[in-house]
Amino acid sequence: MVAADLGLSPKAAAAIPTVPQPAELFDLNDFLTLVATPTAHLIAIQVHHDGTASFALPRAEVGQGITTSTAMIIAEELDLPVSKVKVTLAPARPELLFNQLTGGSNTTISTYTPIRVAAAIARNELLKAAALVLGQPVNLLVSKLGVIEAPDGSSVTYGDLAGRAASETTRPVEVELADTGFTVIGKPTNRIDALEAVTGRKTFTTDLAVKGALPTMVCRPPTLNGTPLRVNNLGAVKRMKGVKNVVMVDFGVAVRAKTFGQCIDAIRALDVTWQDGPVAGQSDADVLANLRKAELPVRLPDLPANPLLKTMSLDLTFYFRSNSAMDTNSAIADVRADRATVWSGLKSPVTLQAEVASYLKLPVDQVTVNVMQSGGSFGRRLFSDGALEAVKISKAMGKPVKLMWHRADDARAGRAHPMATNRVQAALLGNEVLALTQAHTSVETDFRHGLGEAITANAASLPTGLGNLAFSETVFLLTQEIPYNVGVVLQTLVETDQRFNTGSMRNIFSPDVRVGSELMMDLLAAELGEDRLEFRLRRTRNKLVRGVLEKVASEGSWGRKLPPGVAQGIAIHKEYKGATACLMEVDCRPATVKRKVREAVTGPRVTRATFAVDVGLPINPRGLEAQMLGGINDGIALAFTSSLHLRDGHFQEASWDNYFYTRQWNTPPRVDIFVMPPSSSEPGGAGEAGVAASFAAAACGYAAATGTVPTHFPVNHHKPRAFKEKPRVPPVPASPTNGLKFTY
Amino acid sequence: MARHKFVLNGKLVTVKAPKNTRLLWVLRDLMGVTGPKYGCGINVCKACTSHINGKAFNPCAVPVGKLKATDEITTIEGLPKTVRKKKRGKHGLHPMQEAWLERDVAQCGYCQPGQIMAAVAVVRRAQEQGRKVTEADLDGIRNICRCGTYTRIREAIAEGEKRM
Repeated sequence: MVAADLGLSPKAAAAIPTVPQPAELFDLNDFLTLVATPTAHLIAIQVHHDGTASFALPRAEVGQGITTSTAMIIAEELDLPVSKVKVTLAPARPELLFNQLTGGSNTTISTYTPIRVAAAIARNELLKAAALVLGQPVNLLVSKLGVIEAPDGSSVTYGDLAGRAASETTRPVEVELADTGFTVIGKPTNRIDALEAVTGRKTFTTDLAVKGALPTMVCRPPTLNGTPLRVNNLGAVKRMKGVKNVVMVDFGVAVRAKTFGQCIDAIRALDVTWQDGPVAGQSDADVLANLRKAELPVRLPDLPANPLLKTMSLDLTFYFRSNSAMDTNSAIADVRADRATVWSGLKSPVTLQAEVASYLKLPVDQVTVNVMQSGGSFGRRLFSDGALEAVKISKAMGKPVKLMWHRADDARAGRAHPMATNRVQAALLGNEVLALTQAHTSVETDFRHGLGEAITANAASLPTGLGNLAFSETVFLLTQEIPYNVGVVLQTLVETDQRFNTGSMRNIFSPDVRVGSELMMDLLAAELGEDRLEFRLRRTRNKLVRGVLEKVASEGSWGRKLPPGVAQGIAIHKEYKGATACLMEVDCRPATVKRKVREAVTGPRVTRATFAVDVGLPINPRGLEAQMLGGINDGIALAFTSSLHLRDGHFQEASWDNYFYTRQWNTPPRVDIFVMPPSSSEPGGAGEAGVAASFAAAACGYAAATGTVPTHFPVNHHKPRAFKEKPRVPPVPASPTNGLKFTY
Repeated sequence: MARHKFVLNGKLVTVKAPKNTRLLWVLRDLMGVTGPKYGCGINVCKACTSHINGKAFNPCAVPVGKLKATDEITTIEGLPKTVRKKKRGKHGLHPMQEAWLERDVAQCGYCQPGQIMAAVAVVRRAQEQGRKVTEADLDGIRNICRCGTYTRIREAIAEGEKRM
């Protein structure tokens, strides 16, 4: 028996067990929490005379809802209504070291306990102060919604106690945290910034008025990462209406003007001689050829020779994708001789502060880095590209600047999720899977931001053997796992090619890798003649995964009859201390695929999405659902429509009419999201958790509906281009003037 | 430099700017009205959606010189006042904004002013045609939300429609 050769009892297991992978024992979140722990206590919650509490969260709110969930955690421990807790974003605090990085969906995982402790300490001090005021022992007092009551009915408010409870000295105290009886945690709660968002008052970087910080934009090269050699008409452009400053910087030519419209006009008028960038003349096929060269052979473990042994293979290509957010890279910088101040949406502000100090040769404490609320991130704001550019421009001009990337720059020159190939092989004997090997080969993912430094500085605390790997390999091994019993599992990463502006894009490697493994599960199920759901349930070795799979199967009516050309796809993902499952119905009938919407890319339509998420302890189920909804729409875009095309040295996509992120016409008309009841006393991560299972479910549904397993994603990447490429010189398009023709 | 007059959120305003300056920059950079957002500058993302004489339009694609003194421009800031007081909800806002709050639609919030202004126009158009908002109407809304909160947008529009 082969199974016996692998050291297993042939009849004991329904499937051949897979031994735990590194990420199951110690994952990226354990690592991020570990590096945050030494400074986790350096936070303070303030209680004010008006009875409110405030907290400056050392993380970035980019839409993922952490200011709301943090306010809830504080409200829970402090016995205050959520509406009385103000959460702002802390400026860069270098003393926090690696504890001010917003990434890996780690915010709630790493801050849950420290913030609860801080709030519980504050509440205890308020109770002690109340005991003195009310003349009653602490243990008889009850705090509720900001008021402390004694048994005799006398009471005092937090506002009245705020001054008295403050300690003049720092002293160690102990608190006990209860893990049950929550009244705020777990209760669906609306966002604390929703009113500002719907009234237009929410302030993003470019909405902020800083004295003298006039609109500033950059004229960028016609090839990716090209550099300016000289400006041929500097005088003429400087004399243009509204233009105040024009300077050449290492990445382009910066223009500062009275309005952004005048910046655009000036950029379009600039005549610049450029040095080609490092991928000049290259296209998608060249990059793919490089990847193919870097691929190592996919090797299954040595299995005994057996004529009945079958091997299944998949070879997938994932093209470049843009993580450009609605709010483009933007930053305000005011560089003076002896100090500098920056405002921007930043997920690694401590890293930026050090970079700015080093660039300007200033002491770190003379560089103030303010973290603004940002309009999305999707991985992009782990880097501070706009902020560093704004500092360089402000320094060169000697003026404060409000830098905003044009959409065309954000799409073309902004960071992208790297092109990758994913090859999967599985060995089958009889009705068992003996082994599965998955090889991911990718253009380099840039981790040279806070995360990279954290890995370098803490390599010794990584599990044995991981400390010496490249950042990306470390991240890969700390995040990837196949939670099925499919025998011997090996997942590997090879990276090559450093010429691109890359970064992780919501969920880093996982969406692509999961598509590979889940498509393989479908192939194996088909080969064995098993139902795709039953195949997964029979082999899952994780109870959270089983729970969410069963949930979507029952809520989404797995196996229901659908017309030819329409099919269901089901997939899971396990990461961030939790598990997700998605069931999608994908309509690939010609009438649907060819449906017309004016100037739109339509294609296959996901008509129904059912999603279940188990995050251990859900803090805010409503916010969690919102993140999963975003993940569903990301998954649909990744599967069908959204990619960048490299052609002749630059990306062709220059705006949202070129880059086809999911729109209303492609979003599922029916979406049902289920938050599983608490399965742990600790919260897991949410921000990125929805993407991988959704992408994989869309891919699996497409394969089932069309009877064809795609070889590349998005599936329309090689279809005739649905847009006319915008010029590369000038690098930004003029704003149209015919807007009144399209009123409705 | 030319002076331009138009009605902004109920008040007659005068602004000095070259006449080809797109209204988005006049509003944001010269007048400090930052509800309409920049997302593309070429009338495709719709983040700046506002109203002109009650109809949705995109100020990034309209030179200020094309406005007449009688043209009424409404941005998200002025939306509540376009309905009578008793139609406003508990936050004193337009029914569509209130529906947005109830459904907790916003994620990052950046595209939301434009989404709401588009939603109001879609409902008004259907009402003027004496019909309900259809799935095709919803599919035809071009405003991008990169956070992907599309389902909640659809649900909030249905709720807002009932109260408008």
